[in-house]
Amino acid sequence: MTTVIEVREVSKQFKIHHERHQSLKERVLHPRSGSTELFNALRDVSFDVGAGETVGIVGHNGSGKSTLLKCICGVLKPSTGQIRLRGSLAALLELGAGFQPELSGRDNVYLYGAMLGLSRRTVDAVFDEIVEFSEIAPFIDTQVKFYSSGMYVRLAFAVAVNVDPDILVVDEVLAVGDERFQAKCVDRIQRFQREGRTILLVTHNADQVRALCDRAIVLDGGDLVADGPTHESLRVFRERLLDEAAEHDPEKLLGTIQIDSVTTPSGSFEVRNGAGVHLDVVVSSQGAFSGNFVVEVFTRGGLLVSRSDAQGAPVNLVPGANRVAVDLPALPLLDGVYDVNLGVVDTHGHTVVAWREGAASLQVIYDGREGGIVALGTAVTQL
Amino acid sequence: MDEASLAGPRERALAEAPVRVVSARVGLGRRLTTLWSRRELLWGLVFSDIRIKYKNSALGIFWSMLSPAFTLAVYYMVFSLFLKNGIPNFVVYLFAGLVVWNMFLTAVSTATGVIVDRASLVKKVSFPREILALSNVGAAIVYFVVQIVVLVVFLLVLRHAPAWGYLWLLPVSFLALAAFSAALSVVMSAVNVYFRDMKHLIEVVLQLWFWLTPVVYSYENSIAPHLAAHGLSILYFLNPVTLVVVTFQRVFYVTPVVHSTVTGQVLNILPTWSFERFLLLNLALLVLSVVAFVVAEAVFGRLEGNFESEL
Repeated sequence: MTTVIEVREVSKQFKIHHERHQSLKERVLHPRSGSTELFNALRDVSFDVGAGETVGIVGHNGSGKSTLLKCICGVLKPSTGQIRLRGSLAALLELGAGFQPELSGRDNVYLYGAMLGLSRRTVDAVFDEIVEFSEIAPFIDTQVKFYSSGMYVRLAFAVAVNVDPDILVVDEVLAVGDERFQAKCVDRIQRFQREGRTILLVTHNADQVRALCDRAIVLDGGDLVADGPTHESLRVFRERLLDEAAEHDPEKLLGTIQIDSVTTPSGSFEVRNGAGVHLDVVVSSQGAFSGNFVVEVFTRGGLLVSRSDAQGAPVNLVPGANRVAVDLPALPLLDGVYDVNLGVVDTHGHTVVAWREGAASLQVIYDGREGGIVALGTAVTQL
Repeated sequence: MDEASLAGPRERALAEAPVRVVSARVGLGRRLTTLWSRRELLWGLVFSDIRIKYKNSALGIFWSMLSPAFTLAVYYMVFSLFLKNGIPNFVVYLFAGLVVWNMFLTAVSTATGVIVDRASLVKKVSFPREILALSNVGAAIVYFVVQIVVLVVFLLVLRHAPAWGYLWLLPVSFLALAAFSAALSVVMSAVNVYFRDMKHLIEVVLQLWFWLTPVVYSYENSIAPHLAAHGLSILYFLNPVTLVVVTFQRVFYVTPVVHSTVTGQVLNILPTWSFERFLLLNLALLVLSVVAFVVAEAVFGRLEGNFESEL
């Protein structure tokens, strides 16, 4: 496999001005004052991405993921280290940033194309597709300043994905547009995957990463803390989030509650033909706590099969070891391995106080010949 | 089309694709080649800038002629009619110099603030940032061409023939001016990110610069004898714009020595250099300006690393 992105020991420091002296007079009067502080947005980050891979970059706000992405796109220059790229790159960073409000949509498509490094002829060839994808054909000759924000973003997205990039970099943009357009975007990204293009997806939406990526990289405070298969990286990500939350936790609840073990009465996690499963969960708590239990079931492909209602399963934990029974009375699932995540949240369902990613892996065995995830028991009768 | 089959050729093509490097220091050679490879963006920005500027104005690009025409009329009235400088056909002399000065002025004064004005673009889209400054130089060149066309029409109307033998000086001189304007614009646009006063300072400097350039007066007829007496003529020609202005005046105004329309005295208006001397000086200026542009690129490269902290 060809390596298309090589990130080598990339660090990025920002100067933070506490008091800005940007006029000449101020600079002359206060040559040394106006203290600046160096902020490390990225520290010695290295990884490779091969052709055709879809890699998710996750991290909470301020973890450096956007900085990393901007470095890869060349918007920012790393302070040290280097990034080597092979093939053309299109970035869906802050869509429409290159648009000139005074120009028409048509002119902007060409200008934006030129910014992405495309010749006029290349844009000519895909112009109709761009307009069609963006669904703004009647307004293509209207000045962009009259566009709604949705039209703006759709046009920018349409240009970026129709220019045949080898590498597509996507930053949180799937959160824009209406649901139908979002689905269209995800669809296009999946088509890119099938076409063997390389995709970098930056988000803090774990579900999206699970659904689209084979591999995920976790950044925390500018450090690369995990790089591996999606479900393993996401486990690290969730743990980091909990650690992070623990530091800002007024009631000092976090870290006091832990999910210690998950077992079944028989010791086996095999599920046969729609039977249910009973999980014995041991939760240790340092204090009394009332909250709710959350259960998630995922396919290995990252599709969320079910997430229980965070407020539907109250538990009252006492200090010491607590036993909680989790019953999944019927699992009408088809053949495959399903991962179960367990968590404890507060009564409002806002704060996760304990989480166990991959608490159990269910081996589902189904004898029927249906395909998919759910056994619907479809019956066809000729009358 | 079978989408799965696309994976093969794409990967093969990728293996041969050139590698681009993003790092803190970019070599000067790579800077210049990258800049050249993105020239299509430069054209795109030049024409979009012009379109935006005149989009909602009724007269459109005619404004780029009207405003210089007005300046021309004012200077003509002041210097030729009121102050009676005695230079025959002064309007042609003036026009030839103003065309050059306008291009330099427009390029440098608009380019200085451009990186700061387009901060949102600079922080979000990847492209060689100096292209923004260069697009202003490009727009200034377009207005220059428009004004040259007007000048030619003007000469036709006045039945004033240019110095045909000296005509080949124009492209050399123009290129030198373009390279010098680009060099100064690129540096100023970057410096302005750190010292926001630069935008105002450059306006003052450009005003002074205008009077140091022989556009509305004749160098030969004013301070040249005094400077020559002290062997300081070179000082005046340290201003690169001067040589270009004098060259354009020599080509369009033609006669270096005239008789005053007021007193009938002999006036030395322009240097009486031969074509070869003009050519040599202009070629030297071109080389120096290109060197200045390369240096400007290096300076810009140094300064742009910290743009994101300052914008």
